[in-house]
Amino acid sequence: MSLITAENLAKDYRTGEVTVHALRGVSFRIEPASFVSFVGPSGSGKTTILNIVGCLDKPSGGSLTVAGTDVTALDMKESARFRGNHIGFIFQDFNLIPVLTVHENVEYPLMMVQNVPERERRERIGTLLEAVGMADQRDKYPDQLSGGQKQRAAIARALVTNPRLVLADEPTANLDSATAYAVIDLMKRMRDERQTTFIFSTHDQKIVGEAEILFWLEDGALREVQEKGGRNHG
Amino acid sequence: MVNLFKMAVRNLLRYRRRTLLTASLITIGVVFVLVFLSVSGSFKAMMIGQITDSMLGHLQIHRQGYVASIDNLPLNLNLKPPEVRKVSEALDGMPGVETYSPRIKFGGMFSNFTETTNIRLNGIIPEREFKTVPLLPSRISEGKKTLVKGEMLLPALLARGMNVKVGDPVVVVATNQDGSVNGKQFIVAGILEGVTGPGGRDGYIHLDDAVETLRMREPEISEIAVRLKDFGRLSDVHNRLSGLLAGEKNPQGKPLFEVHTWEALSPFFNVARMIDVMTFFIKLMLIAIVLISIMNVMIMAVYERVREIGTMAAIGTLPGRILSLFLFEGFCLGILGAVVGCIAGSLLLWILNLSRVTFDFGQQKGLVLAVSLRPEDLLTISVTVILVSVAASLQPAWKASRMEPIEALRHV
Ligand SMILES: Nc1ncnc2c1ncn2[C@@H]1O[C@H](COP(=O)(O)OP(=O)(O)O)[C@@H](O)[C@H]1O
Ligand SMILES: [Mg+2]
Repeated sequence: MSLITAENLAKDYRTGEVTVHALRGVSFRIEPASFVSFVGPSGSGKTTILNIVGCLDKPSGGSLTVAGTDVTALDMKESARFRGNHIGFIFQDFNLIPVLTVHENVEYPLMMVQNVPERERRERIGTLLEAVGMADQRDKYPDQLSGGQKQRAAIARALVTNPRLVLADEPTANLDSATAYAVIDLMKRMRDERQTTFIFSTHDQKIVGEAEILFWLEDGALREVQEKGGRNHG
Repeated sequence: MVNLFKMAVRNLLRYRRRTLLTASLITIGVVFVLVFLSVSGSFKAMMIGQITDSMLGHLQIHRQGYVASIDNLPLNLNLKPPEVRKVSEALDGMPGVETYSPRIKFGGMFSNFTETTNIRLNGIIPEREFKTVPLLPSRISEGKKTLVKGEMLLPALLARGMNVKVGDPVVVVATNQDGSVNGKQFIVAGILEGVTGPGGRDGYIHLDDAVETLRMREPEISEIAVRLKDFGRLSDVHNRLSGLLAGEKNPQGKPLFEVHTWEALSPFFNVARMIDVMTFFIKLMLIAIVLISIMNVMIMAVYERVREIGTMAAIGTLPGRILSLFLFEGFCLGILGAVVGCIAGSLLLWILNLSRVTFDFGQQKGLVLAVSLRPEDLLTISVTVILVSVAASLQPAWKASRMEPIEALRHV
């Protein structure tokens, strides 16, 4: 069964008299353990799609199932719970909590969102910090880290709850290209090791090639789907 | 380990100057209230002590209607011996009563053999009177601090006006209930400083001399002044005593006795009440200060951290948690202000006590202000400040917890 099934997703934004059709009937399926990217110019609807898939926003039309749940029917609190249990987030601006150390930032979802016992927390955080190469920075605060280090910590935070799905909206937009490649590579390695589905958006043509499945967006519509390894979806 | 408390404290430390400013504002408020409360409270207690212990006693018992006409010291409203016995029995059986003193009050003419004027006198049993109003001896500015039969304690104003000294002979002439006039000679044993309030300018003679001057066949008592073991239980004892004596009716079926606390007898009670009202408003001001400053700082805290709130909400933090985080911050600020304020206030009061500030009250000069801080005041003020701090954070915290994560994340 697909991890994500989207049928005819639409999203309209109404600002005063003007209505913006941010998504105009987008349909796609994403299988578990995929490494997917939504690509398109600025304003093409990437953020809108990721927000809807991430249960942060509701579509104006269409249906959406994530991990077997019809997420369009969830209320505010249920959405929060669903995100906490099934989805990891990586942000363009890293969004680490400034008053928490790297270790504590990674621990945050385990304590404040889920309720994981101490020993298991320590184990999971240790493993992840090791995996993202941040073990030696664990006691630093975000403002003592470089952009790449922050994003590594953020990846660890997104993965620590063992989510089915990690969403990353332009995760490399604030990084230089070498660091950007390293971050995307790290995400891919994490997918390989943990079978977590990663979906990221980008308008950066250089790192587009790193994705295994590419959804090309233009004006809120899916223009093309590209799959590395020859297969093409419609 | 991450927890809400740690996050709250670190966020407060993150904006150190602002936290310090807000906490100082609360601290100043707390110090101000503590000092005002203690100084006014101690002042009040001392004043009440002066009034009750130098003249009034804590409670007084009269025949029904006596207090209403106390200005003319009516002899026909005195208590007859069987009635006095009833009151004595009630008082002897009352656990909170330390001691009591019967008085015969009357007005008469006072003469130094060349001039004559009016005088108001209390006939007392000195040992009992001195135990009931223990500050009475301290009012005797000249002469000895005792009273025996044939002697008089003369009010200072009268002594000065009539040019009478300690040891001088004087004469008191009084009309008794039957209308016959009688005189008696006294030696001035001491000069008595006046105090504010009713009876504060009365002279004192021995009860037996009063009986003799008024030609009573047996002592008829005008009032019985009562001293309690614990002044704090005044209203309790008053209620029980009133209840006990209410059963005693006169032939017309009206209550025989009336029981008054000092509050009903001294005009200073209104001053004491004013002090309480002022204290109340000062407390209200503290609450306003805390409310406004905490609310202000928490609104700013929420506004500055919108994106952070968005992040927390996006990764699944439930609204209740976000609410608690900000409430904790207000709570910690309140604790900081309250604790520092209590320490600073106590210190200031301690210094105030060391410096021995003196003040005057009526004829009493150079009373040393001894402020004491009641632990329950410290506690109520701290608890109030902390509760108000949490309450003031409620609205901003609520707003933070209800934010839509995508809008919060878009915020710049
Ligand atoms: N909150 C909003 N209100 C109004 N219009 C919006 C809002 N969010 C996005 N849009 C519009 O929707 C379209 C798609 O935006 P978005 O999904 O952010 O694109 P991308 O992430 O690809 O740059 C754009 O035209 C944008 O202006
Ligand atoms: Mg975008």
